[in-house]
Amino acid sequence: MTSTTASADPGERTARKGSPGAAREPRRTGRIRRIGLPYLLLLPALVLELLVHLVPMVIGIVMSFKELTQFYIRDWGAAPWSGLGNYRMSVDFDAPVGEALLHSFFVTVCFTLLSVGLCWLIGTTAAICMQDTFRGRGLLRALFLVPYALPVYAAVITWVFMFQHDNGLVNHVLHDQLHLTDKPSFWLIGDNSFIALLVVSVWKGWPFAFLIVMAGLQNIPRELYEAAALDGAGMWQQIRRITLPSLRSVNQVLVLVLFLWTFNDFNTPFVLFGKAAPEAADLISVHIYQASFVTWNFGTGSAMSVLLLLFLLVVTGVYLLLTSRGRKTADV
Amino acid sequence: MRRIRAAAVGAVTMSFALAVSACGGGSSTGGGSNDSPKTLTYWASNQGASIEIDKKVLQPELDKFEKQTGIKVKLEVVPWSDLLNRILTATTSGQGPDVLNIGNTWSSSLQATGALLPWDAKNFDKIGGKDRFVDSALGSTGTEGQDPAAVPLYSMAYALYYNKKIFADAGISKPPATWAELVADGKKIPKNIAVLGAEGSNLSENIHQVFVFAKQHDADFFTADGKPDFTNDKVVAAVKQYVDLMAKDKVIPTGDAENAQNQSVSDFAKGKQAMLMWQSAASNLKAQGMSEDQYGIAPIPVQSGTPGTGTQVNSMVAGINLAVFKNSHNLDGATDFVKFMTSDEEQKILNKAYTSIPPVKSAQEDPAFTDASNVVLKETLATSAAALPQVPDESQFETVVGTAVKELFSDAAGGRAVTTDSVKARLQKAQQQMPAK
Repeated sequence: MTSTTASADPGERTARKGSPGAAREPRRTGRIRRIGLPYLLLLPALVLELLVHLVPMVIGIVMSFKELTQFYIRDWGAAPWSGLGNYRMSVDFDAPVGEALLHSFFVTVCFTLLSVGLCWLIGTTAAICMQDTFRGRGLLRALFLVPYALPVYAAVITWVFMFQHDNGLVNHVLHDQLHLTDKPSFWLIGDNSFIALLVVSVWKGWPFAFLIVMAGLQNIPRELYEAAALDGAGMWQQIRRITLPSLRSVNQVLVLVLFLWTFNDFNTPFVLFGKAAPEAADLISVHIYQASFVTWNFGTGSAMSVLLLLFLLVVTGVYLLLTSRGRKTADV
Repeated sequence: MRRIRAAAVGAVTMSFALAVSACGGGSSTGGGSNDSPKTLTYWASNQGASIEIDKKVLQPELDKFEKQTGIKVKLEVVPWSDLLNRILTATTSGQGPDVLNIGNTWSSSLQATGALLPWDAKNFDKIGGKDRFVDSALGSTGTEGQDPAAVPLYSMAYALYYNKKIFADAGISKPPATWAELVADGKKIPKNIAVLGAEGSNLSENIHQVFVFAKQHDADFFTADGKPDFTNDKVVAAVKQYVDLMAKDKVIPTGDAENAQNQSVSDFAKGKQAMLMWQSAASNLKAQGMSEDQYGIAPIPVQSGTPGTGTQVNSMVAGINLAVFKNSHNLDGATDFVKFMTSDEEQKILNKAYTSIPPVKSAQEDPAFTDASNVVLKETLATSAAALPQVPDESQFETVVGTAVKELFSDAAGGRAVTTDSVKARLQKAQQQMPAK
């Protein structure tokens, strides 16, 4: 190893030809440079990470232990300590604040599971269908990506118009044209608001799944399919035995990212329903926003945020553990 | 792990935003100064039909102020939906405007933050004295017993706007004076026309309406010592009466339960709706193509008899106040600007443009404010309007009770029964969400 390294470094070889003392200095400088340079290059990112993410997160955790209302918002450092008071209030499921948070949590979990599942299913199906070349494939691919490329606000506000009770396109089609409902339905209030939220979320999210799965499909050798076809495997068997196992690592990342994005999604419910979402669609991100910025209980809002953070860390940790264990087993 | 961390950070977005602004807000606890005597920043609330219209109304006046004082005013018109959050962020960071408009119902809540300059006798003297303003407008400028946190700028009151042609076609000779009359008139109006409009998903609008109904039931949402009292029988009856206009009386169409963007004003302007309860709607209706001769204006109905003080209150004292940020770098200029904006001349110009009523007594005498519509609004403000509770928790009250009413409208629209018990349960939940005392 040593000789290889030495011969690979012309500077070192030159130094060896001269006096031993003269050779030591440039060697040390070179090593310092080699070791120090990556850290130097990382430094701006580290400083920014600290300033933009970690410091505010620590401040947010400190706030969660304070009685922070409008009386102290101007000088939040002076707000009295409440100890675990905000946490106790958030998890007291017999009292209204805790009960509402728990309800919001369950709504969010159901919504996330459904949305991620549908996004993955539609995205994967579309990507598999787009695998073979055919006339107009490029155009279709581009069209599929439109929801992902549109600005969220513009897209969701368009859905708001479409979901309106009196003049919305959805009721016009379902009720006036297809006669599927007895009377025009409400989509932006009441129980149907959950369906409306799910529809918009899936519409917005599946193109990302499509994009990632499509990229993953490019790495599967065509020969595998050809060999399988020769052995008499049908389309479904090819998908089950070749496509899905080959996409495992891509899907692991995809599902995790979709889960985190959907669980934390704030823009979609906020634009769709405003600051007071209907009970059926009361996602936790808007719920925490309301606790913090609408009812001005910043301490309680921070405590809820920290609880959410802990939940997501646990879920992500368990998910990574399970998926890495699965990978190790597969490797063996 | 990087992804996990990114997600984790996303989870504390709310505290994050607060923290970032707090980090930058070194001067948040500091007082004001006169370090920048030549400039002012002014956040105006969106009063007109659009932000562009507001700029057209205000900019010539700001130019006039600059000519008089040499102080350049940088104007930013802020939409209502953003205004409270913008003020809150400015309060946290200490980086706010010098002068700003606030909704008068927020006065007490914002006063509690300590970010606004108190208008003590000395400050009021600089703008001509407290006596220049009408009492009802001064009633919505801050917590009782403390110096006001703001100065009244535009006053408004709710009135009943009715479509003359629809009324004539239905054989209704005069606008309803009581709720029973309104419901009876509603039955005469053809089915394809909505009777009365509402903004069921607009929290503030819900509060304004149920507050008036509560007053008509001789009830208050807060006890005398400022504690929430949302579940007393009279408040429950008042809220139920309002929601029953949709649930039982069927004068408010169920579709209005999801209105939050002034759709009811548009419906009225387009002739799809016979009546509208709105505050100073003339400029808004005009912007939507409805001429003044097409509609009449009458006081909001009461339980019986005629509007007046006590239980015949028929409007909240609506309006906009002008506040100065305590840590302004041009305190003297800001006070001069408030004096300019509340001068007789400016009050006439601005309130004419926004079809509101000047809260300055001398400006109210102008002939522009004595026509039939303005007489109704002036009379309402003078004799039968009441200020919303001036308590520090007012902003929370608007949110939680406004949400409860929104959910009740949602129940009514969805065909679920709205009963005394269901109203009480919603209000109880709202009360329990208020900050503990």
